[in-house]
This record gives sequence, C-alpha cells and structure tokens, in this order.
Amino acid sequence: MSEIIPHLETQNLNAYYGSTQALEDVSIVIPRNQITMIIGPSGCGKTTLLKCLNRFIELEENARIEGKVLLDGENIYSPSVDVTEVRKKSGLLAQRPYPLPMSIFDNVAYGIRIHRLHSRGQLHQAVQHYLQVAGLWEEVKDRLHAPASQLSIGQQQRLCLARGLAVEPEIILGDEPTSALDPISAQHIEKRLIELKQRYTIVLVSHILRQARRLADYVIFMYMGRVVEAGPAHQVFNNPQHERTRAYLSGEF
Amino acid sequence: MRWKWQQLEEKIVQLFMLLSFALILFCLLLILYTIVAKGLPSLSWAMISQTPKGGFYLGKEGGILNAIIGSLYLALGGTLIALLFAFPLALLLNIYLSQSLWADLVRLSLDILWGIPSIVYGAFGFTVMIFLGWRASLLGGILTLALLEFPIMARAMDEVIRRLPPDLPRAAYALGSTNLETAFFVVTRQILPGLATAALLAFGRGIGDAASVLFTAGYTDRIPNSLFSPAASLPLAVFFQLGTPFPEVQQRAYSAALILTIIVLGISLSSRWLAHYLDRFSIH
Repeated sequence: MSEIIPHLETQNLNAYYGSTQALEDVSIVIPRNQITMIIGPSGCGKTTLLKCLNRFIELEENARIEGKVLLDGENIYSPSVDVTEVRKKSGLLAQRPYPLPMSIFDNVAYGIRIHRLHSRGQLHQAVQHYLQVAGLWEEVKDRLHAPASQLSIGQQQRLCLARGLAVEPEIILGDEPTSALDPISAQHIEKRLIELKQRYTIVLVSHILRQARRLADYVIFMYMGRVVEAGPAHQVFNNPQHERTRAYLSGEF
Repeated sequence: MRWKWQQLEEKIVQLFMLLSFALILFCLLLILYTIVAKGLPSLSWAMISQTPKGGFYLGKEGGILNAIIGSLYLALGGTLIALLFAFPLALLLNIYLSQSLWADLVRLSLDILWGIPSIVYGAFGFTVMIFLGWRASLLGGILTLALLEFPIMARAMDEVIRRLPPDLPRAAYALGSTNLETAFFVVTRQILPGLATAALLAFGRGIGDAASVLFTAGYTDRIPNSLFSPAASLPLAVFFQLGTPFPEVQQRAYSAALILTIIVLGISLSSRWLAHYLDRFSIH
C-alpha cells in the first residue's frame, strides 16, 4: 500500500451536544480519491463525524466542537472561511433523498445557478451531463420539467447525487445513502459511487458491514465517540488490530 | 362490559361531531339563503355598473360601483402592504431567529394584535391621521387595513413555515446556499401554496371589515381617483343602506352583501385552485 495522500484530516476533534460528548479526540485522515467508510454501532458518532466534515454540525441545536478539520491543509472552521464555500466543496447524500421543491431540471440547475458555474446557454448541457453521471438521464430526459417529487425514491437519490455533483465538489459525503432504498436502487447508487471515486474523495457512513466490505478502500471503525481503528480496508477487515474491532466485525455487537 | 361502553362513547362523540357540522352548515346556508333571497331581486346591471345618482339612498337610480371599486382598492392595497411586511417577518422568525426568545416575543405580540377589535385599529388610524393632518382617504384606509391584516397574515405564514420539514433547508445548505438563497429560492417555493392561503385569509378579513375603514377611508359616492380622495366600501354600503327606513334601499343592502360574498367566494375559489396548482412542486 502506497503512502496515503490525505484530502481531509481531523485533528483532536471533540463534539458536544449540550453537555454530552459525541466525539472524543478524533484524529483521522481521509485519503484522496478513495471510498472511506465510517462504521460502528449506532450512536457511536459516525453521523456526527460526517456532519463535522461539511460544517453541518453547526445546524444542530446546542452543538459545539473543538479541534480542527483540515481540507487540503486548511481548517474549515477558521473564522476567515466562508461556510457556503466549505459546503459547496462537498456533495451530500442524506439518508432519505430530499429533492428541492421544483422540477427535475431545476433541481440540478439550482446549484449551478446560485454559484454561477455555467452561462445560461451551457446550462442545459451541464444539467444533462450531471444527470448522465448520476445514471438518471435516460429515465427522465422526456420529463425534465415534471416535479421532482414524482420520481421514485431511488431515482430521487440519484437526482440528489446529480444535484450535488453539479456544484462541482471535491468530496462526496453520504450518510447511509442507500438505507432507505430498495436493493436495485441501492445497487445503482453503489455502482455510481465506485465510478465516481476516480474523480472524487468519497466518505460514507454505513451500518451495513457487507456494504462496507464491497465498497470501502479505507475504513474507520468508531465506538462510543472514539476512533478505535482506522486503516486500509483489507487490513481492517482481514487483520484487525483491536479486540473490539474484531468483535464488531464478527457480529458480536 | 368495557367493550360496550367504548362503543357507546364512540357513538356519542360521533353524534357531537355530526351535530356541530350540521350546525355550521345550517348557519352558512341560512346566511347565504338570506343574502340571496333578499339581495337577488334588486341585483341588476345598474347596481354593479353605476355610482349612486341623486336620490339613490331614497330608492332612486344608481348603483354601488363606488363601493365595489373602493373595497377592492382598499383590500388589495392593504393586503399588498401587509404582505410586504408579513412575509419577511415570518421568514425572519423561522430562519434567522428560530428558537430564540425574540421569536416567541414577536409571536406573542402578533397574537395580541390579532385579537384587537378592528374598531380600535380604526380609531388608532384616525388618531394618527389627525396628527398628520390627513383627511379620510383611500391611503388612510389602506394603511389601517394593512395594520389589521398584518398580524393575521404574519401569524398564518409563520405557521406555514414552521411546518416546513427541516431536511428541506438542509438540502439547500448542503449545496452551499446562503440563508437568503435558501429562504427565497427553496423555502418560498415549497410554501407558496400556504402563503397564498395566508394572504387570502387576510384579504377576506380586510375586505369584509367595516369598523376600520369607517373613520379612515370615509364614504363617498364617487370612485376614488387618487390615494388622497375618500373611498367607499361594501361593508359600509351594507351598513348605511340597512340603516335607512326605505325597504327598497334595505333590499339593496342585501344585494351589496351578495356582491361582497361573491367577490370573497370568487377569490377564495381561485386561490384554492392556484394553491393546488402550485402544490405540484412541493415535497410531501
């Protein structure tokens, strides 16, 4: 295994909701152009960690963090950093897809318009491009101006992927992005993510171990707010260093 | 035994629901019947196309075009101005001030304002107008109505925005939207049907209110030609004509009420249709 090139990095990250501590001294690296999967039992802080990576943690009530999150070496929490710029750099796939209340076309065009990424003339072409990348174009090309809410939930998740890619991010964050989908739609999303790691750094939260084994290049195992073990997938899965990781992987909790 | 009693309970509650529904329906139909039965005979083209001629209030020729136009001007103007303040306030309460003590304080004030009788708004508007040296005028009426409609509209919109699923603004934030972009391009799009309903609710209250325009807009037989000329209104047309001792004129009061009802009904139905149309894009 060659040297890890970090894209994202956390240093001594602590997160609190009110007086309960959700993350304790988390220091991890997230390698560039790989799929990193954060695994662990529910309530271990996986989603909180993900939320720290695009400053979504700030939208939670009473949440407070200490420590640093470095994106290409720059702390995204430093006061001089614009939060919208941070979020633009990462596309987010939520547990349940949430289309914007507009047409299929406008959902993808929204980010392009607010960030003025393409001229009006190129807009249609750009929308088509991202819908193709997300694998949705063929299914929607005849009804681009229909409400996005008419799509099936699996199609909606791919629409959210296209919408996220349209703002030209570097990172794709996914919070159990297939958990609300049927198996076929989940497979669709997984296939796209494997294709996309050529160009993007992908960080996924998952509680499905089989999925983690299928997709992960790099694994972070968390337990009770702490990182127990992190490393290349083959190493963590085949030769875990910690007793707790071993127990989790063998299904003991 | 318990089973029997539960069934009985169910039946009693259902009976009460049915009774209250019947009572409401009965009142509505009675009102409509009274207005139509008494108003329809004297509803004529002249009523809606002419202003009062000499001797109109004694039962002679003319119509109430002055009041129809006046009411539309007053209510539309009032609604537009109220909208200008109510919508940003509702957004402010939910997107910028959410969960803060200030938001609760503002909501409390709006609820109090909502409960103030409209005659108080009328008196307040009148006092301010005297202080400014204004006479009864369309503008005075519009501003007073805006004041009356504002808390209703703001509170109704506030409730509409509060029911917004929190994942929706998050989806927009995830794409790097600012608060303002989220508010205007995403949240507004989602709640447009609710906003239309809130605006209509306020419009209905405004166009039907007599007390607030009594002192502030005055009454005139002419169609207002500037913001500073007095304006007639349908509720006052009903009020004045019912107060005369002549049966023909009293009958005209009912036909004025019929016209007012038709306007409100028409706007209500078209806004329902509009809300339904806009709702296609909302996420449920």
